[in-house]
Amino acid sequence: MPAGLLGIEALERGEIQAILDRAKDFQPPQGQSFRRLDLLRGKMIVNLFFESSTRTRTSFEIAAKRLGADLVSITAAGSSVSKGESLVDTLNTLVAMRPDAIVMRHQASGAPHFLARYLPRTPIINAGDGTHEHPTQALLDARTILDQKPALEGLRVAIIGDIAHSRVARSNIYLLSKFGASIVLCGPAPLLPCELAMIAPGVRLTNDIREAITGADVIMMLRVQLERQKEAAFPAGEYFQFYGLHLEHLDLMKPDALVMHPGPINRGREISSEVADSQRSVILNQVENGVAVRMAVLERIVGGGNAEAAH
Amino acid sequence: MPKLLIKGGRVLDPASGRDEIADVLIKSGLVVRIGQDLHATGAVAFDATGLVVAPGFIDMHAHLREPGFEHAETIETGSRAAAAGGFTSICPMPNTNPVNDSAAVTRYIVERADRSAVVNVFPIGAITKGSAGEELSAIGSMKNAGIVAISDDGRPVMNSRVMRRAMEYARAFDLPVIDHCEDTNLSAGGDMHEGLESVRLGLRGIPSSAEEVMVQRDILLAEAAGARFHVAHASTRRSLEMVAEAKARKLRVSCEVTPHHMALADRDMVPYDSNYKMKPPLRSEDDREAVVEAIAAGVVDAIATDHAPHPGSEKMQEFERCPFGIIGFETALAVALEMLVHSGKVPLMRVVELFTLGPAGVLGLNRGRLEVGAPGDVTIFDPDLNWTYDVNRSHSKSRNSPFHGRAFRGAPVATVVAGEVVWSREGAGRTGQ
Repeated sequence: MPAGLLGIEALERGEIQAILDRAKDFQPPQGQSFRRLDLLRGKMIVNLFFESSTRTRTSFEIAAKRLGADLVSITAAGSSVSKGESLVDTLNTLVAMRPDAIVMRHQASGAPHFLARYLPRTPIINAGDGTHEHPTQALLDARTILDQKPALEGLRVAIIGDIAHSRVARSNIYLLSKFGASIVLCGPAPLLPCELAMIAPGVRLTNDIREAITGADVIMMLRVQLERQKEAAFPAGEYFQFYGLHLEHLDLMKPDALVMHPGPINRGREISSEVADSQRSVILNQVENGVAVRMAVLERIVGGGNAEAAH
Repeated sequence: MPKLLIKGGRVLDPASGRDEIADVLIKSGLVVRIGQDLHATGAVAFDATGLVVAPGFIDMHAHLREPGFEHAETIETGSRAAAAGGFTSICPMPNTNPVNDSAAVTRYIVERADRSAVVNVFPIGAITKGSAGEELSAIGSMKNAGIVAISDDGRPVMNSRVMRRAMEYARAFDLPVIDHCEDTNLSAGGDMHEGLESVRLGLRGIPSSAEEVMVQRDILLAEAAGARFHVAHASTRRSLEMVAEAKARKLRVSCEVTPHHMALADRDMVPYDSNYKMKPPLRSEDDREAVVEAIAAGVVDAIATDHAPHPGSEKMQEFERCPFGIIGFETALAVALEMLVHSGKVPLMRVVELFTLGPAGVLGLNRGRLEVGAPGDVTIFDPDLNWTYDVNRSHSKSRNSPFHGRAFRGAPVATVVAGEVVWSREGAGRTGQ
């Protein structure tokens, strides 16, 4: 099977480090746009999004184009998927057109893993699968942290929100754990199954946001994903009161703590406007790093060191 | 009159405790003699030297998909797969289309089986009309037409009042009520067992409690109604404990377990491979151990396959879109031998009982014994044969099995229904006259 990027869980620490290091090369100089490179000239990348997305899709598109690759973007609406074609048939059709990689977002957990077993020729890059993983998000989050902190090891990271339904949380947990960070997960109990404490070393759980953020180096707020809730697992009306990040919480964190959010943010639902716009917030840095990290991922998977050898 | 002489096998009969090398003579569909050095002129001889000769196996929980879903399985193909698994009698659940909720549908199944099945088919009728959980189906008429139990299987009766009435009514007809115990509110949306693996894979979980609250509910209702209640595919430690407790109190409660729940746990799943997706789901390793322990402790009455064929097109999808269920006839004995007998946990005689006398007792069938006068249904197997399961050579129409490619020790060799060899492994047994 060609090496795609299905998730962080199975990735070696060295591999992650290499992507993060390479992403730094792609970061634009202060105040400038991303450089246009020709590293993937002649390569064809298909962006296949079965679920709506603005930043991830755009970010992959910019990353591919900045690397000189040809890119085709397909969304489920308007494609044959909306005509009842099965996922396997859709992918087989696309693979027959010989793309060099497929970037895929899907609402079903494991959809890219399932496909990877049946499509041995084409690498698949997971741009978010259901409530499972979102590997490039964790990579860009790590890049963003490392732009401000010397290392991930020993950092105290609080992840707050709907952990059970969050692919961002899972990928971040796996990544941070591999680098020796200490991770506190916090959210309403129905969204924080006790098994989460066992999915990676260095993870603990709390239902108290003050406890979670006290002394934290990094706070990752998650979006309240009401669309992923099959039914109300918690009283949404009081979510902000108990699990939202408020201005007064900033005093509990370390003075140089970072506040992160994968977006899109719901101001007043999980994060107050004041916090989102505060000096602590690196939310826009995350977006910028999204392009750099995805350039590194695409280069590594589609061309990378083998660009010369590829025919 | 056709005669079959099964020679030189190790005859195992749990009912009598017989365990000896002997010959078995079947004539006109009945066992007529069991003894040493039998001779019968004109009989077809089957050399069973080195093999176990057991009463015909009974699978009390299967899905044959006919009528309505013949693209997945038919009574004929299902019966051939069953025969290849050593089963001489199988009990199809009523979730066909139409649902087996009337004497007319029961008669249709019985007639189709008479015409096309190579093994005995004893249908199970629906508890409620359309298995909709509201109005009781024509239970008495279905019994007269041939059903041996009632169940709404995969669409369990959620309304406790309806279940209570069903148990009371069924008692008068001496029919067991089989429940697929699942609180569908608790399990809603779930695709696998709720636990570390579901959290890791980002799949919605089916908690153990979804099964357990219904096991307990049904035991309470059965006790009040004085009904015969049977737990289908018990899969959790607590479910089995509750059954054991009910039995200790002398209630008319029984249970079955499946081969896959004794062999596989959630951590054994190939991630997002729907050949590992069924209900109840593969549980935790502790639950898997509990299933084996419960068999060893005598809590379990039957091993049942829950053979549930689905065509590849339905199983080749995103995990959450795939239907629940796996096929199981052809691997049941091998899995049971591996997990129970070769592991040294359960004696062979007891395992044979779970395939024969056990289910016969639950259903009140006059089968499951190997004795003079009994129906000439015999399962001949080799407990030590080394083989590998190739699902692509299955007799079933479907290919959804988690055991494809698994190497086993022990396999069926021949299946005899009413004195006729309906299936035998290539090169086995026949010596002519």
